[in-house]
Amino acid sequence: MDKLPKWADVALIPAINLVLALIVSGVVVTFIGQDPFEALAIMVKGAVGSTYGWGYTLYYATNFIFTGLAVAIAFHARLFNIGGEGQAQLGSLGVALVCLSVPWPHWTLALPAAIVGGALFGAAWAAIPAYLQAKRGSHIVITTIMFNFIASALLVYLLVSALKAPGMAPESIRFPEGARLPTAREVFGFIGIDFARTPMNVSFVVALLACWGLWLLLWRTRLGYEIRAFGHSERAAVYAGISPVRITMIAMLISGALAGLMAVNAVMGEQERLLQDNVLGAGFVGIAVALMGRSHPVGVFIAAVLFGALYQGGAELEFETSVPREMIVVIQALVILFTGALDGMVRGPLEKMFLRFRKRPAPGVAAE
Amino acid sequence: MTAPAIELKGISKAFGPVQANKDIAIRVMPGTIHGIIGENGAGKSTLMSILYGFYKADKGEIFIRGQKTEIPDSQAAIAAGIGMVFQHFKLVQNFTVLENIVLGAEEGAFLKTSLGKARKLLKELSEEYELHVDPDAKIEDLGVGMQQRVEILKALYRRADILILDEPTGVLTPAEADHLFRILEGLKREGKTIILITHKLREIMETTDTVSVMRRGEMTATVKTSETSPQELAELMVGREVLLRVEKKPATPGDVVLEVENLKVVDGSGVERLRGISLKVRAGEILGICGVAGNGQSELLEVLGGMRVGTGKVTVNGQQIDLTGTKSDARTRRKRGIAHVPEDRQTEGLIMDFFAWENVGFGYHDDPRYQNGLMMDNNALREDAEAKIKKFDVRPANCWLTAKNFSGGNQQKLVIARELERNPDLLLVGQPTRGVDIGAIEFIHEQIVALRDAGKAVLLVSVELDEILSLSDRIAVIFDGRIMGERLPSETDERELGLMMAGITDTDKDHSVKDIEANLAKAGGGSR
Repeated sequence: MDKLPKWADVALIPAINLVLALIVSGVVVTFIGQDPFEALAIMVKGAVGSTYGWGYTLYYATNFIFTGLAVAIAFHARLFNIGGEGQAQLGSLGVALVCLSVPWPHWTLALPAAIVGGALFGAAWAAIPAYLQAKRGSHIVITTIMFNFIASALLVYLLVSALKAPGMAPESIRFPEGARLPTAREVFGFIGIDFARTPMNVSFVVALLACWGLWLLLWRTRLGYEIRAFGHSERAAVYAGISPVRITMIAMLISGALAGLMAVNAVMGEQERLLQDNVLGAGFVGIAVALMGRSHPVGVFIAAVLFGALYQGGAELEFETSVPREMIVVIQALVILFTGALDGMVRGPLEKMFLRFRKRPAPGVAAE
Repeated sequence: MTAPAIELKGISKAFGPVQANKDIAIRVMPGTIHGIIGENGAGKSTLMSILYGFYKADKGEIFIRGQKTEIPDSQAAIAAGIGMVFQHFKLVQNFTVLENIVLGAEEGAFLKTSLGKARKLLKELSEEYELHVDPDAKIEDLGVGMQQRVEILKALYRRADILILDEPTGVLTPAEADHLFRILEGLKREGKTIILITHKLREIMETTDTVSVMRRGEMTATVKTSETSPQELAELMVGREVLLRVEKKPATPGDVVLEVENLKVVDGSGVERLRGISLKVRAGEILGICGVAGNGQSELLEVLGGMRVGTGKVTVNGQQIDLTGTKSDARTRRKRGIAHVPEDRQTEGLIMDFFAWENVGFGYHDDPRYQNGLMMDNNALREDAEAKIKKFDVRPANCWLTAKNFSGGNQQKLVIARELERNPDLLLVGQPTRGVDIGAIEFIHEQIVALRDAGKAVLLVSVELDEILSLSDRIAVIFDGRIMGERLPSETDERELGLMMAGITDTDKDHSVKDIEANLAKAGGGSR
C-alpha cells in the first residue's frame, strides 16, 4: 500500500517541515533578543511585499530552479550530483566566452548562444565524474565535490591570466551591450507596469521553460522512462535492456547542463562580466531545493521561490534590524535541515496517523 | 490433560488497512509437529513474527505451557523457550560454527568460557539428534543444509523446546530435506514441539501430526494430518477446488529454436559460474532446468536474457546471438524473439514504484506501438495494459496502481502477461511461481503450457522439483555450472534428480546425506 496520499507527500510534509524550521528559527531569534514575529514580518514583507522584493526573490529563485532541477534529474537516476556549484562555475565560463567572443548585435541572438555555451560547459564538467562513475565505479558524490574545487581554482587561474580585465580585480571585462538581457523592469515597463529596478531578467522565463521541459522529458519521453526505471532499480534496467552506462552519462550531462544554465541568469543577466565567485552557494542550495521539491519540476519551482524569498527576506532582515548576517544563514540552514535531512522525522508519525484514519482494507490485498 | 505447548487466543494484527491476522486461535500440543500452511500473504509469517516478538499483536493472548505470556521482543521469546529458524539464515559468514552458536548468548567477560561450554553442549546435542556439525568450521565453508543445522543448534543452545521453522526446505535438495525431517522426528521424540511453516503440501503430509490452514489472515481449519488429503488442504488454502497436476498433452517437438554450445560465464569476482553448458530446446517443448539454488541456473537465464556476458555459442532459430559485444543487451534479445520472465520479479521484472501500465511496457518501451513522435504514447500503453490486465485476470484490475500494491501472484501475472503477449519464439522463465498463491500457480502453468502448444520453445528454471517434473517435457539437471544429464520426466523421479542435483552420477547406488553434502560443499556449497 502507498502509505501517504500524494497530496500529503508533496505538499503537507514540506509545509510541516517549513513550519518547524520557522518555529526553531523563532526560538533562536528570541534568544538573541529580537522579536521573532517582527523578524518574520520583515522577512515576508521584504521578500514579497513589493515589486522590489519580488524582483530579488525571483532572481534568486531563477538560480535555484536551475541548480535544483540539476540535482533533481540526477536524483531520478539515483545519482547524487553535489557538483552543481562547480558545474555552474564552468557554465559561467561558457556564458562569458560566448558573450565576449562575438560583438552581439541583439540579446535575442546572444541569449540562445549563451544558453548553449553555459549548458555545454556545465555538461562537460559533469561528464568526467559521470564517466568515472559509469565506467570505473568511482563514487559520484566524491568526484563531483572534488570537481567543485577544481572548477573554482580553474576560474581563478583564468581570471588572473587570460581573461583578466585591466585593473586590480580578478574579473573579466564587461560583456558587450548587445549581450545585455532585458530586466523585469524593462519587460513590465513595456506593458505599462511599474516594476522596481532589480536583477530579475528574462532568464526567469528560461527557467520556467526548463521546468516544463524536464517534466516532459521525465514523464513523457522514452529517455525519461529509462532514467526513472534505472533510478528505481539498476538490475531491472539491465533486464529491460537499458544500459546503465548510457543512462548515467546522459542523466549527468543533463544535470550539468542545467547547473551551467544558472550562469545565464547570474552572469549574463546580473553581473555582466565574469567574476571569481559568481555562484555563491546556489549549487548547494539546489540540493535542498530538489529534496524539498521531491525532485519534481513543479516542486523544485515552488521550493526555489521559497528559498529565493528566504534569501531576499534574510537580506532585508539584516538591513533593517540588528539580526546579524550569520543569523540569516542559520535560519536558511534550519530550513535546509528540516526539509532535507530531517524529513523522516515528520514522515514517520504522519504515515502512522494516516494509516490510522484510513478505511478498512480492500479485499485481496493481504500482507505477509 | 497436559497444557498445550503454545496456545494462541484471538490474535489479531493489522498493518494499516491490511488485516494480516484476524482472530487467530491455535493449540499446539507438546511433542508434536504442527504444520501451518497457507498461500503467500495468508499471514503465516506475521503470526510467527508475533510469536517470536517481532510484532506486537493488536489483540489476543499467548499462552506458553499454559502460562499467559507477554512476548514484547525476541529476547522474551527465547526466554520462553521459543527458537526460530528463519528462511534466510542469520549467521555470520566468517565466524565458526561455535562462535555463531554463542553469539548473543555469551556469558562472562571472556569468550573462552562460553565457547568451552558451548563445545560440550554441542557435542551432546549432535549425538542426541544426529545434528553433526564440525564446531570449528567456518560458516562460509558449509553447505546450505549444514548452515540450517547450525541455526537449529543455535536455538537448542538457547534451550528452546518450541522450534519454529519457516519454509525450511526451500534451499535444500530432496535428500537434505529428508534428513532435516529425520532430525525433526528425533527432536519430537525428545519432547520438543515443532511448528513447520511451509507451502509444500507434500511436506505437511509426510511430517506433521496436525496441520492448520490459513487463508487471508484467518485460520480456516486445524485438522489431524492423518485425516486429511493434499486435495482437501489445497482447497482449504485457496477456498475453491484446484488442480494440483498440470494437464497437458504430450509435446510435439519441432525444429531446434535455442541451441547453446559450451556456454561459460565468469562472474564479477572471477568465479566461473557456468563451466561449459550445452543444450537444445525445440519448438513446442519445455526444457526444465533443475538444480539447487546457486549452481548456475540463474546465470544461465541471465546470460541468455542479455543481462550478463558470457562466452560460447548460442543460436536462436539458427542465427547466432552476440554474447559479449554491443548487441548482447536485453533489448536486442527481445527483438530476436526471446522473452524473459526473470527469477526475481521485484528487483528485475518490475519497477515496484511504477504504475501497472508503465510496467506493462517495461523492456518493450521502444516498441513503435508506444511511440508518438518524440514522446511516448502513454494512452497506448494504458490501453494495452488494460487489455492485458483483463485477459490475465490481474487483480485489482486497476492500471493506476503501482506494482508494489499487487500481491506476488498478481505481480507475476503482470510480468507473464507482458512477456507472453509478445508471442516470443523462445520463452526464458525463472521461478515462475515463487511466492505465488496456488490459484495463480495453476493459471501461470496453463499459460506456459499454452505457449508450448502454440509451437514455442520454453526454457524453465525452477528450484521446485514438483514444478519441473509436472511442467517439463525434458529435464536437464544443473550442478556446479555444468549439466549433469538429461532425463525424461516419465523416466525419472525425485530421488534420482535429487542425487544428480548434488552432483552424483551413479544414481543407482545408495548414497548417504554425507556424500551429498560433501559434494555440494566441494562445489562451493551451492550457497548464495
